[in-house]
Amino acid sequence: MSFNAVITWWVENPRLIDLLVNSLWETIVMVFTSGFIGFVVGIPLGVLLHLSKKNGLLENTALNKVLGVVVNIGRSIPFIILLVALIPVTRFIVGSSIGTAAAIVPLTIGAIPFIARLVEGALLEVPAGLVEAAQAMGAKPIQIINKVLLPEALPGIINAITITLVTLVGYSAMAGTVGGGGLGDVGIRYGYQRFDGTVMMITIVILVVLVQLIQSVGDHLVKRVDHR
Amino acid sequence: MIEIKNVNKVFYQGDRAINALSDINLTIQQGSISGVIGSSGAGKSTLIRCVNLLERPTSGEVIVDGVDLTTLSEQELTLTRRKIGMIFQHFNLLSSRTVFNNIALPLELAGIAKEKIKSKVEDLLELVGLVDKRDVYPANLSGGQKQRVAIARALASDPKVLLCDEATSALDPATTISILELLQKINKELNLTILLITHEMAVVKGICEEVAIIGNGKLVENGKVGDIFAHPKTDLAREFIRSTLDLSIPVDYQTRLQAQRVENSYPLIRLEFTGASVDTPVISHVAREFNIDISILSSNMDYVGGVKFGLMLAEFIGSEVAAEKAIAYLKEQKIELEVLGYVV
Repeated sequence: MSFNAVITWWVENPRLIDLLVNSLWETIVMVFTSGFIGFVVGIPLGVLLHLSKKNGLLENTALNKVLGVVVNIGRSIPFIILLVALIPVTRFIVGSSIGTAAAIVPLTIGAIPFIARLVEGALLEVPAGLVEAAQAMGAKPIQIINKVLLPEALPGIINAITITLVTLVGYSAMAGTVGGGGLGDVGIRYGYQRFDGTVMMITIVILVVLVQLIQSVGDHLVKRVDHR
Repeated sequence: MIEIKNVNKVFYQGDRAINALSDINLTIQQGSISGVIGSSGAGKSTLIRCVNLLERPTSGEVIVDGVDLTTLSEQELTLTRRKIGMIFQHFNLLSSRTVFNNIALPLELAGIAKEKIKSKVEDLLELVGLVDKRDVYPANLSGGQKQRVAIARALASDPKVLLCDEATSALDPATTISILELLQKINKELNLTILLITHEMAVVKGICEEVAIIGNGKLVENGKVGDIFAHPKTDLAREFIRSTLDLSIPVDYQTRLQAQRVENSYPLIRLEFTGASVDTPVISHVAREFNIDISILSSNMDYVGGVKFGLMLAEFIGSEVAAEKAIAYLKEQKIELEVLGYVV
């Protein structure tokens, strides 16, 4: 019965279907673009946070303190406020503060400190003895990072990527408030503001499936690279 | 090959200075196997880490193969370390790499061509007896196998020196022996200088030619293993020697032990043979000469560097007078002995 209801709804609402497909695509674009740029900046930042620590490989307490404060500021601003506060920056980068491309800016900036801390945590799990062994065999710092720290922390880093992408799915819903589009936006506008329970349900189901998918791919990859 | 000159290392714990090493002087000959022994916290780990400057000495010189490492720049030091192999108590293998790739790591770091790496690593797998484990990850190896991989990895860059930081301390006795045999083999075949630190005198006795004993950050005694075993000059050395011969009184004897001699009880005696003891068959001699029966409870005699030494627990069964005379005679023969009590 409910299956039939879904089919009927499906046939009767081609415009809404279109909207859902488009917004799913927008969500995917927002999450993965901001995720990707976030990793490009966030992973090196996490590595730097780890290395500059006291007794770290490239100990630099001053740099570590500064980075730490910056990252903490980024992490302490609620995303919805960051979204609005960054409007001038977004306008400067994208040329507009409305739309999916515009939403990617605050999403990326929100993701970077998040990723940096997660990567730092993953690197912390690498036993200090491994770095020491690499030093003893005459590895340069850059070799230690590329051949020891990152490969050994890879399961943790993939886990961090998974967590970040899932979090970004959630953040992207808020991006709707600045006209970013995406599934969350549809859920709020159609489901909440127009009291259309069916649309709300459908967006929730799609989001759940998306998150499940990201999580399972992530878990699968971790399993493949984890030989500990 | 390795010269440690006036090395001091001070750690700071807040404002408190801790002298981890004070004024250590030690020379290790090319091609020898030398051991540094000390209890935990004695500073032996700090000492070996000073040899490749994983720990930088507060003062002093560390000369390896004619080069004073303390004067090198960071880059020069990195390159010099490639000629100093090191293995560790907890192996420190990369879990993300197979056995083959772990051994290949030092060669990759040096930028060696792939083909050359392959043949070199395969030779090393042969040397340490792990050809069949080539593509296995370290998580699936036993402790002994892991240490073999670590040894192969340390040898990959053809080092002149191999440092062993408690390399057998996490292994069971049988595996320890097989790893020590491997170390001995590579010492002979590759003419590699090996410096190992340990807290087990058995390891030193097993493979070392020279030994240095450190306690409280100071070098207490050093010399040929045979000499140290024969004529230990310090209490610490004696303690370590005794630790290889641990003899304890069985529990049922302990309950029967009296402090004073009573009717029908016989003295339980611990005899300690050292390098100074007279090298004659004293036990049978005493039995014959003083008409007492000697019942040996347990005994641990060993022979190192031309000297017999060891500990023995024995009951002297006979009259009180005979026992007294026998004890006096043994003391004359420079055998240290102690009456532990009287067994009823």
